Amino acid sequence: MQVTSRHFKKGAHEALHDENIQSAFSRVKSGFPLARARAAGELPEFEGLRDEARDLKNHILQNLDYYLEYFEDQVLLQGGRVHWCSSYTEARDVVLAICKEANAKTVTKGKSMITEEMALNDHLEKNGIEPIETDLGEYIIQLAHEYPSHIIAPALHKTKEQVTELFHENHGKYGLTERITDPQALVNEARQVLRDKYVAADVGITGANFLIAETGSTVIVTNEGNGDLTQSLPKTHIAVSSIEKVVPTLEDASLFLRLLARSATGQEMSVYTTFSTGPRRMEDIDGPANFHVVLVDSGRSDLLGTDKQDLLRCLKCGACMNHCPVYQAVGGHTYGWVYPGPIGAALNPHMIGLEEARDLPNASTFCGRCEEVCPVRIPLPKIMRHWREQAFETQVTPKPERWGIGIWAFFAKRPTLYRLMTRISARSLKGMAGKKGVIRKLPLLTGWSSVRDFPAPEGRTFMEQWKKQSQEGK
Amino acid sequence: MSTPEKKNMKVALFVTCLVDLNRPSVGFAAVKLLEAAGCTIMVPDVQTCCGQIAYNSGDKESAKAIASQVIRAFEGFDYVVAPSGSCAGMIRHHYKELFDGDDTMMVAVEELSARTYELTSFLHDVCGYAPRDVSLETSLTYHDSCSSLREMKVRDQPRALLGGIKGLELREAEDREACCGFGGTFCMKYSEISEKMVDTKIDNLIASGAKTLAAGDLGCLMNIAGRLKRRGADMKVLHVAEILAGMGDKPGLGEGGN
Repeated sequence: MQVTSRHFKKGAHEALHDENIQSAFSRVKSGFPLARARAAGELPEFEGLRDEARDLKNHILQNLDYYLEYFEDQVLLQGGRVHWCSSYTEARDVVLAICKEANAKTVTKGKSMITEEMALNDHLEKNGIEPIETDLGEYIIQLAHEYPSHIIAPALHKTKEQVTELFHENHGKYGLTERITDPQALVNEARQVLRDKYVAADVGITGANFLIAETGSTVIVTNEGNGDLTQSLPKTHIAVSSIEKVVPTLEDASLFLRLLARSATGQEMSVYTTFSTGPRRMEDIDGPANFHVVLVDSGRSDLLGTDKQDLLRCLKCGACMNHCPVYQAVGGHTYGWVYPGPIGAALNPHMIGLEEARDLPNASTFCGRCEEVCPVRIPLPKIMRHWREQAFETQVTPKPERWGIGIWAFFAKRPTLYRLMTRISARSLKGMAGKKGVIRKLPLLTGWSSVRDFPAPEGRTFMEQWKKQSQEGK
Repeated sequence: MSTPEKKNMKVALFVTCLVDLNRPSVGFAAVKLLEAAGCTIMVPDVQTCCGQIAYNSGDKESAKAIASQVIRAFEGFDYVVAPSGSCAGMIRHHYKELFDGDDTMMVAVEELSARTYELTSFLHDVCGYAPRDVSLETSLTYHDSCSSLREMKVRDQPRALLGGIKGLELREAEDREACCGFGGTFCMKYSEISEKMVDTKIDNLIASGAKTLAAGDLGCLMNIAGRLKRRGADMKVLHVAEILAGMGDKPGLGEGGN
């Protein structure tokens, strides 16, 4: 996919003036957060579970190599195969090779963020293989040639009318020529198209919410059941997963499962939670003949042991973006790469480069709602601040901004000079305002006065008045 | 909590840069309240700012230099109180991060952190203060600043104090825990996003039907008041300290006449 993070401000401007985006993303704030609050409130041990989940993830990350190798051993014992990939290129090639080995023409796909990162669909298409997204939201944006604007509701930015048009344009070839507007009928039509694809598919590709070391299982959660059909009907199942998804035991997976859906959609559990362990055995009634796990690193291990390691705890629930006022204002695509919202602002600079993603960790008021709801307590504002520090140190921060901070700090470090400056400023700003009490245009602070008036100072600084009072003995 | 020692607490006022420059009356309101609560107030002369602007802009070295200045200036007082959750949060929580690994500074940092408070929570929780004989006939909605709410756990204290003002009717706004879009330099660097956020906030404040808005942080208040004025909306904006100190009849932010 094309990375557009460096155009964040331009994207934000456009999104703020796009009625569809505004109506779609303003709905986020009333829906998901209320549902999450209710679900969290109904589980007395919810906050304690968050602590446990944080601690367990930290333990896993400290022993990541051990658990991954443990997982690999178990997958092999179950008759599956594990492919270690350090880069997207390697991972794409591995998936393609497996597909070719299976003589695949059609591949069904369950929802997976790592394959979005890898831009897997483009790679398969270029090599003559048709990938079909089977999650309804993913299917819609695949037809539109777009990428997700939300990690659990990928087509959030699409209106019902746009879906009608997309289906009308794309489903004619299946003999479905009627223009459908009813949402349920749209779902049914997608289901009808996808049913045939499930059966036709030679390979099914899914992501993994968890990899369980003790059993060698991969776990996916969905609400549509599409993942189950994707991974059990074709002859070959490929589970693509980033390396940090491994958990030691089934019991551990259940800890995260109790937090995941509650944090994401406010459900107690997602509708389907599916465990895949190896290929089909003699006594199984269905399942794939071949089971592959593709483990992708792509920069993640570089985060281990750094001040940003906490990012690897992420469960991809989307709670941070659901509660983020900036995300609600500008929508998902403005962030310019796979992950939007606070997790994107904290992670993307590592994945696509700080220079490209510089705006992302800066475009935050540090309001702290994301950290407040993160099920694994990732200190997202703190990590964004670390990026700002890195940008400042490596001169990625633009010069005018650096100078501004420099000048201000120069005075702030010299109280006597600072007093003089503030006394002059208070008087002149009050003078500029006159009787109005506000200043309409601030020449040096146009970012302020382009959207708001500046409430004028009272005229004399506190320190000045306090000193005078003290000298007069109050 | 142990029984508060209500008399003769030596309290240093951290004025905050915005109050110093823009609305000194908030500082005087804070002094009045703290004195009424039995504290002896000192205002260390070398204070300028808590360093948050540098800290949040990534300029850690400047932030540390300014923080060191604050740490020295505020040594030896029983408490440090700021009429701002944001500045108090910076001193209480973020100085520790600034000096992480610096054992020589950490003792002083932690000691300062432990005795630094936001004004309303200090009045309510430490002093056990309640306003007496203060009245203000108005309907009021209270905006929770993000740092007061999430960093300093201030939510009920200002409301409890406001509950003691005669004639005051508190009307809670929808989505009151949402950010107003100030965010320090954010509101200037990303002014369009900030505009959207403050407009959403203002719509909710106006829908509450309240005539007056109060908050504990001047940054939020200047942002909201400035946008209210630009929109031509009629809502009086005051710092909560001004109301509690019986100065609720003075002109609000951006009204002139001071």
